[in-house]
Amino acid sequence: MSGWTKAALLVAGMTLAACSNNDGLFGSGSSGTGTGTGATAIEPGSVNDPTSVAYFQQTVGDRILFVVDQSTLTDEARLTLQSQANWLMENTDYVAVIEGHADEQGTREYNLALGARRASAVKEFLVSRGVAGYRLNTVSYGKERPLEICSAEACYSQNRRSVTVLTAGLSS
Amino acid sequence: MTRLLITLLAGLVMFSQVATAQNGPLRIEITDGVVEPLPFAVPNFVAETGQASQYARDISLLIATDLSGTGLFREIPAKAHISKITNFSSPVQYADWKAINAQALVTGAVSVSGNNLEVKFRVYDVFAGQELGSGLRFKGTTDGWRRMGHKVADEVYSRITGEGGYFDSRVVFVSEMGPKNDRKKRLAIMDYDGADIHYLTDSSSIVLAPRFSPAGDKVLYTSYETGFPQVFVLDVGSVQRRALQNQKGTMSFAPRFSPDGSKVVMSITENGNTDIYSMAVNGGAPKRLTSSPAIETAPSFSPDGSKIVFESDRSGTQQLYVMSVNGGEAKRISFGQGRYGTPVWSPRGDLIAFTKQNKGRFHIGVMRTDGSEERLLTASFLDEGPTWAPNGRVIMFTRETQGASGGASLYSVDVSGRNLKKVANGASDPAWSPLQK
Repeated sequence: MSGWTKAALLVAGMTLAACSNNDGLFGSGSSGTGTGTGATAIEPGSVNDPTSVAYFQQTVGDRILFVVDQSTLTDEARLTLQSQANWLMENTDYVAVIEGHADEQGTREYNLALGARRASAVKEFLVSRGVAGYRLNTVSYGKERPLEICSAEACYSQNRRSVTVLTAGLSS
Repeated sequence: MTRLLITLLAGLVMFSQVATAQNGPLRIEITDGVVEPLPFAVPNFVAETGQASQYARDISLLIATDLSGTGLFREIPAKAHISKITNFSSPVQYADWKAINAQALVTGAVSVSGNNLEVKFRVYDVFAGQELGSGLRFKGTTDGWRRMGHKVADEVYSRITGEGGYFDSRVVFVSEMGPKNDRKKRLAIMDYDGADIHYLTDSSSIVLAPRFSPAGDKVLYTSYETGFPQVFVLDVGSVQRRALQNQKGTMSFAPRFSPDGSKVVMSITENGNTDIYSMAVNGGAPKRLTSSPAIETAPSFSPDGSKIVFESDRSGTQQLYVMSVNGGEAKRISFGQGRYGTPVWSPRGDLIAFTKQNKGRFHIGVMRTDGSEERLLTASFLDEGPTWAPNGRVIMFTRETQGASGGASLYSVDVSGRNLKKVANGASDPAWSPLQK
């Protein structure tokens, strides 16, 4: 149970990092230390390291967007999630919490339930593509954690999202 | 909490007038038709001891503010008064109060001895020329002076309207600080009028939608302190809290007490599906009350404890349904345009308040418990989460303003739709307590 709480705290930190686009936070957390030799060497943990969280966030894509009041996956979302599934099966040291979010147009309780539907739809897809279910947890933030703060569709569309938040969990 | 001692001043010579005015002319029948507030006067209460002057002034002002704040009463200011009340026992000069059209007159006296405060008061029906009800005396401590003022105002309100008051009550809510994308939330409690705020949690994790127990001593709420939303129960006095249910892989939210305080209904989400469950406050396995793949949430008991109103999108959109406390078949009660959520049964049992979303606007509304006679009381960019005053006459709710700098405030509105006013800034998710004992 305490490990569970610890993971949750890590997740909270990662969420903040994602919100502020503070990439590279996890650079020091991945395996190995930098060789420091050769200009062409890939810095471990950087976005150029395909096993890094930064790579997952930026190159694979850690988030997908949803249509108003829907939890069905769009074609574009499925492409991103297929890449997430591939990455997760390559990088088996990681576990993930899938966050579901809603825009502000809706009551608090309904949006919590809607966010849960979205997170669950993502988890089901990833499992269907071969990711072990025990590596994936879900959480809904409803409308509590908007990324964009305007009250217009341009912002709402970015807030109706799920984010796959990685934690180096299994080997530690 | 301050304990108040209430003594009926009957038997004293000065209260020998028999109160027959209960059926007399001074009576506001609270109906949709009331638009002209009843004029009243509360001359400064008489300070009967040296230290009592400030309390006497503050308590008189608080009583006048409580009454005027209902929209049902209008205070005649002191500068218009002809008579001054300098002795609580002296006969009232009815003609002087008639002349300024004060239909109700409240007189009182305050005495202080050490930390002890005593307030006594009488209510007069000026035009009938007699006392309305009997004189009462409240005893308490000086730091409880606001509660004593609210108690007096409740008694005045009750004698004139014939209904229970709501001034000596509290509101538990979520205090909000910071921008929309980094909002800090913590549980807080205050008097119904926004005074005397105390914080019950820190802002280290998201907290949502607190709800009072029927005795007002406990609060149910949802917290993310484990990283996942979970229902907690908190003791208001000690601020001790515990998770109500703790099944890994699920989330729980939208809790509410049963009218006897023994049970909790709430939503539990498992594998993305949200249903309604009930469980004993003291523990045990949650009992599942709904089992459709739809979103079922925001349950609220009827005051007799026999039914639960809740929202479900089983029809395709959010609508309101009523079912037995044991679950089973549910009857849909909302049929208007738009979406309906967060239903709350009134303490009188006659109405259900709800949030309605239609054509990009949000409303707080009420309907009869069979769904008939729907009335919308408010309209804005985002109104949600109604809670009832203990007498079922006033509704408080959250209003969120739009845009990047938007924020949440608490508002209240009369069940007739009149008297909309702001109660507190930087606050959401109010829940009104019962009247305090």
